Amino acid sequence: MATKASRSAARVMMAPAVVLLLGWMLVPLTMTLFFSFKKYLPLRGDSLERGLDWVGFDNYIRFVSSSSFWPSVQTTLIMVGGVLVITVVLGILLAMLLDQPFWGQGIVRILVIAPFFVMPTVSALVWKNMFMDPVNGILAHLWRFFGAEPVLWLSDASLASIILIVSWQWLPFATLILLTAIQSLDSEQLEAAEMDGAPPQKRFWFIILPHLSRAITIVILIQTIFLLSIFAEIFVTTGGAFGTRTLTYLIFQRVVDSQNIGLGSAGGVYAIILANIVAIFLMRIVGKNLDA
Amino acid sequence: MGQITLENVTKSFGSTEVIPPLDLTIEDGEFCVFVGPSGCGKSTLLRLIAGLEDVTSGQILIDGAEATTTPPSKRGLAMVFQSYALYPHMSVRKNIAFPMRMAKIPAEEQERRIEAAARALNLTDYLDRRPGQLSGGQRQRVAIGRAIVREPAAFLFDEPLSNLDAALRVGMRLEISELHERLKTTMIYVTHDQVEAMTMADKIVVLRAGHIEQVGSPLDLYRAPRNLFVAGFIGSPKMNFIEGEEAARRGAATIGIRPEHIAVSTDSGPWAGTVSVSEHLGSDTFFHVQGTGLAETITVRADGEVGFRHGDRIHLTPRDDVIHRFDEQGLRIA
Amino acid sequence: MARATSTQRKLGTTLLAWAVGLLIFFPIYWTILTSFKTEAQAISDPPVFLFFDWTLENYSIVQERSDYMRFLWNSVIIAGGSTLLGILIAVPAAWSMAFVPSKRTKDILLWMLSTKMLPAVGVLYPISLIFVEFNLLDTRIGLVIVLMLINLPIIVWMLYTYFREIPGEILEAARMDGASLGKEILYVLTPMAVPGIASTILLNIILAWNEAFWTLNLTAANAAPLTAFIASYSSPEGLFFAKLSAASTMAIAPILILGWFSQKQLVRGLTFGAVK
Repeated sequence: MATKASRSAARVMMAPAVVLLLGWMLVPLTMTLFFSFKKYLPLRGDSLERGLDWVGFDNYIRFVSSSSFWPSVQTTLIMVGGVLVITVVLGILLAMLLDQPFWGQGIVRILVIAPFFVMPTVSALVWKNMFMDPVNGILAHLWRFFGAEPVLWLSDASLASIILIVSWQWLPFATLILLTAIQSLDSEQLEAAEMDGAPPQKRFWFIILPHLSRAITIVILIQTIFLLSIFAEIFVTTGGAFGTRTLTYLIFQRVVDSQNIGLGSAGGVYAIILANIVAIFLMRIVGKNLDA
Repeated sequence: MGQITLENVTKSFGSTEVIPPLDLTIEDGEFCVFVGPSGCGKSTLLRLIAGLEDVTSGQILIDGAEATTTPPSKRGLAMVFQSYALYPHMSVRKNIAFPMRMAKIPAEEQERRIEAAARALNLTDYLDRRPGQLSGGQRQRVAIGRAIVREPAAFLFDEPLSNLDAALRVGMRLEISELHERLKTTMIYVTHDQVEAMTMADKIVVLRAGHIEQVGSPLDLYRAPRNLFVAGFIGSPKMNFIEGEEAARRGAATIGIRPEHIAVSTDSGPWAGTVSVSEHLGSDTFFHVQGTGLAETITVRADGEVGFRHGDRIHLTPRDDVIHRFDEQGLRIA
Repeated sequence: MARATSTQRKLGTTLLAWAVGLLIFFPIYWTILTSFKTEAQAISDPPVFLFFDWTLENYSIVQERSDYMRFLWNSVIIAGGSTLLGILIAVPAAWSMAFVPSKRTKDILLWMLSTKMLPAVGVLYPISLIFVEFNLLDTRIGLVIVLMLINLPIIVWMLYTYFREIPGEILEAARMDGASLGKEILYVLTPMAVPGIASTILLNIILAWNEAFWTLNLTAANAAPLTAFIASYSSPEGLFFAKLSAASTMAIAPILILGWFSQKQLVRGLTFGAVK
């Protein structure tokens, strides 16, 4: 299948995609790297035309030593970790439930998958107003019905609320992938284990869970990459206030709100490094799959 | 016309040479079979002729004209693939018409050729079906139909029967042979099955590790295999090889005797042994004889009615005029 | 499991599964329901579920705001345009990688995947600068390009996994039948890959439709799609529940429907073929 002619045709046909992505990656990355070593405050009169001052690793040091850095790292970790735990655990349970025979499987599947298709701004707004509004939200009604004082969700339990919203959006993704993985489990294996006298919990721990381990890893890695850059949900609900400022949002504020491009770019480089660490693990798995 | 000449052709994948320098001419109208064990380079050789792979060095001539770098679409050859490679989204009619459509043959002419091919291949009733609705044998015929209509200089067949069950295979073998009789077009046929090679070929090319071991008509190869490999590969069941004293006595390092050239009897014969397994095919019986002291097992073909069983002691008489003699290098001693 | 389950157990599973399914779906159901209420009913306590005066008023109000249609139109252009452009660039690339693989194919594929992992916020400023430079800020073409680029790796990957399932012999047969490379792709590969190409298009329209970082940050008024339109509702509260619901319903309805058709492909596309 490979003659010189077809190989050179292949190179030509691959070129547009490769060149575009190379440009898309390298150009902004180089610029971010460049800005991260410069003092660049457009509001204070710095501009590219007049040249920027080289400040070495100043921005990197300042970004890390700023009082908002560690809280933002903590927020990011709690948010990503919380969503991961919720979606993976509930996802496994839900996948196992949906794998059982019951009436209306198709419809329930559709109901469960639906939140994934709701655009992030819509889900954030719907949750913020119609559910978490302390006066008119459904949750407030519910609390009052039980005689409790409505919770000020987005200010008193802001991080938990955002975790709830994001988990709701990503639970379908985890469920769908885990369900696909469960369905690929050979039922003879389970029957063999049953014949060997393994009770249900043992079958879960020793057969189902190991079988799912690869899918779980993939869910964790892919979600991590997306969750690290969660933006719209915070932008729409709290705007980064009440302890919901993640690393991504902090960088966004540095660049857009305080217009400190140098500092924001240094933060951006940190974010890129962080994402790449996760990405390497994901790519190992995907790469192995390519050889198979 | 369809004479194909390979001159000094080689093929390497990376640093592995799969075809060492090789010369071969296939004459116009010939039915030429490439046969050999899997991995011998026979399919690669066919793909080189087709243009689906580049030669590493050397030349390919089609009807005397240089075609080494001609793309496959311009070589005027038609190929039938092992998997049939039918276009699943097209009806049988469209499949057969595809090469003509590519060659911009006028519609009426296309229609005429499709009808003719369909009649010849018993596909008339299936022209509007999709390949997915056909049986393996029918798909094979569509693939052949698609090859015929473009009136190629030569047909290339890449193990076309290996996906069919045994009964169909015999039928298709005959159909392809008949097709060759009728069209008189050059055909190059790749197979690992020596029975197909023997029954269909005008000329057999036996390959091993990219080398041509022997070229000749089926009977040439059967009667005078040039070396031990060809001797063992052609003929079924395999030729018996005997080394040692018995061979030395005949002035050879190894002697070969085909199962059908050994007579059996209960009481007389120069060799004696015990039947370990007897296979009754009805028309023939094969005995696997052990304990002769010549080779671990000697296979003998006898008439279907001969009824020795496991453990019977029998005597064997080889036909001296058809004993093949080979030297230390495994080459035939004339 | 090919085993008869007792009806009782199946009934139990059914009840539980439906309860969980409805609970997860509830926010969407509630949004759709609220969109048919008056503003007063929308915030009534206790909430009304079925017995209220169904009204289409909210839709007509949202509809009348002429800009709603423009946001919708922007979404359609941006999601559709970026996907189609991506497909045009990705089909030849995926053909090359699936049918003429070389030692570097795997590396190229993984590298493409790695560009997808680039955190957007890290390159926000450079991209805005480039956009200003080329007058792309707040233009549809600008967003089409950016969304095409961020989804290109997924498109290439999905097509690659689909193409790999097509036996190479069929393309070789086309070549032997006298087809040039262009005709081979047009008449043989593309028709055979139609299901795969269709699901790739579907999934990428969904992803582009819902993309909410670049669409929020690179648009102002002219090119803003529905994500930005909805985000503009984040300030007014309470009294606008019904209208917010109507707008939300209109923003998510098309994608919800497309999404239900593409569940299976979703898994494959978003896991880069690692889970099928």
